[in-house]
Amino acid sequence: MALPELKQSATEARLATLSLPDGGCLEAARAAAVSRVQTLGLPDRRDEYWKYTRPDTLVTADTPSAKVFVSGETPIFDGFDRLKIVFVDGVFDADASDDLSLDGITVERLADVSAKDIHWVKDLYGVLEARGQTPVARPLASLNTAFATDGVVIHVTGKPSKPISLIYKHGDESSDALLHHLIRVETGAEATILENGPAASRFNKVTEIDIADGGTLHHVRAQGRDHERRAATHMFTRLGAESVFKSFTLTVNGVLTRNEQVIELTGDDAVAHVAGACVGDGDFHHDDTVFITHDAVNCESRQVFKKVLRNGATGVFQGKILVKEGAQKTDGYQISQSLLLDDDSQFLAKPELEIYADDVACSHGSTSGAIDEDALFYLRSRGVPHGDATDLLTLSFLAEAVEEIEDEAIAEELVTRLEGWLARRR
Amino acid sequence: MLEIKNLHVKLEDEDKQILKGVDLTVEAGKVHAIMGPNGSGKSTLSYVLSGRDGYEVTEGSASLAGEELLELEAEERAALGLFLAFQYPIEIPGVGNMTFLRTAVNAQRKARGEEELSAGDFLKVIREKAKTLKIDADMLKRPVNVGFSGGEKKRNEILQMAMLEPKMCILDETDSGLDVDAMKLVSEGVNALRDEGRGFLVITHYQRLLDHIKPDVVHIMANGRIVKTGGPELALEVENNGYADILAEFA
Repeated sequence: MALPELKQSATEARLATLSLPDGGCLEAARAAAVSRVQTLGLPDRRDEYWKYTRPDTLVTADTPSAKVFVSGETPIFDGFDRLKIVFVDGVFDADASDDLSLDGITVERLADVSAKDIHWVKDLYGVLEARGQTPVARPLASLNTAFATDGVVIHVTGKPSKPISLIYKHGDESSDALLHHLIRVETGAEATILENGPAASRFNKVTEIDIADGGTLHHVRAQGRDHERRAATHMFTRLGAESVFKSFTLTVNGVLTRNEQVIELTGDDAVAHVAGACVGDGDFHHDDTVFITHDAVNCESRQVFKKVLRNGATGVFQGKILVKEGAQKTDGYQISQSLLLDDDSQFLAKPELEIYADDVACSHGSTSGAIDEDALFYLRSRGVPHGDATDLLTLSFLAEAVEEIEDEAIAEELVTRLEGWLARRR
Repeated sequence: MLEIKNLHVKLEDEDKQILKGVDLTVEAGKVHAIMGPNGSGKSTLSYVLSGRDGYEVTEGSASLAGEELLELEAEERAALGLFLAFQYPIEIPGVGNMTFLRTAVNAQRKARGEEELSAGDFLKVIREKAKTLKIDADMLKRPVNVGFSGGEKKRNEILQMAMLEPKMCILDETDSGLDVDAMKLVSEGVNALRDEGRGFLVITHYQRLLDHIKPDVVHIMANGRIVKTGGPELALEVENNGYADILAEFA
């Protein structure tokens, strides 16, 4: 079917600004992705899946500019022992990065890998992204597969002694970055991936993650504080039997963020937890879109998303649990909540369950509310001033999401950042 | 210590008068008890004194140690030395009990122009006080009141009282939801705080709490007023005969 005219011309205009990188062994995958983009067309406001978030500025041929934010504070995760991999405006910075060798893990640049012929890379690049196009199209991810200029390929074969830390710096006010990462976790292997930073004025990132039977991957991300930055990120994750995937995202500021998580539980007894906390003030639009497919027996999935919104900020949550026929003993949980600190802010939530198995436990809930007056009075009656009490209750609201992070030191670091954000708004 | 004069209070959003002229003075070092049937205005009195929103004072005054209370914010009243032990303590997930208490203690000290307690000093004091109330390290670490039993919540209220060292303590139906052993433990905690410089106002439905916390003065409240005042024997009279006889005198 031909695309509507406007969509067609917007898609062509965007494609005209991009050129295909030297494909190497990924050439076929990139070409296939181009035709996916052409078939699907880039998203516009008439798309049902973009009902609550306007994709215009994520799609335009020109990159909307974004000022570089200088906080003067030490960057997040600074004190942590980690393997640092730095990108500036979407380009790998070898000088700022650590030596990439570490026991239990192999880390290579996407560009270097494509010159080789590595089987698992060819079997993964663009594959989970393509699978993730049904039943709902995600053309920005296909655009990324086709044109991503950089990224890392991470092969976890053991238990590396420290986290792999991807640091995304923003230096150019009109940068438009497309990064594509691949992560393969082998049987029994376990690693932690950290991500932080604004990355660019406009950031399109795809991560494809394949976790083999019994593998474990922890992921913690803090998206940069640049007020005018825009981001559309996708994580496509496939889990084998008894494997574990736990992902947490903190978002502070940013004019537009759309984070999509597409997760497929394909082996029995797998566990996938995705959580997020975001705090937005004013010109802030934050969208978490999650699609979890249960396609095996006795798997567990959890979605915990909390949004604190003020001064006209908007939060969006679209979360779906699909339980396929035969995925018995599924345990699915989903909660999305917003704390609206004033009457101008809004939270739009679309929780969905679609279940084709008869022996499952799935629950979902979504709420929007103000600070609890009884709790506020309780704290104030103990002498805690109104502002401090409000901050404490805001952190209390976010706690259920932050507690999803297993590593206590990392969780504490994020809470400190949240406290800082709240304190700056007093 | 606490002086309430001709206090009239209505609900802010409704044309409903709850307190209709309450006069009450609690002296330092004394324990006053207020008893009364449901809906007599006992809990409203405790809320209005501690500064909860939703009430409108239409007439009268209340002061603590000579300072006018009713114009102050809840936290300012707390810093002056007023403490309300809640009938239903609030659960605050994600905020550790210890963090909450240290925030409260230091906020009050700061408001009074005193130096804040260091983490080490605070820990020393709280450990000692928690021990006498049989509150273990785990309860101090857990989020405020989350997953606490009824008895644990009330013990936690008394721990807060002990840490904040208020001048005037109001206990709102502290006995509700307590078994005999818990009531004894909580009462011991309260009795340990009885002091020459501290006043208590104990609100209760039942005389049995007053077996443990022995009052100096007992008031009966009905229909927004204090209708009778006497010694501890008044509480026994209520226990034996109910409120009907007393209220009949004023019908």
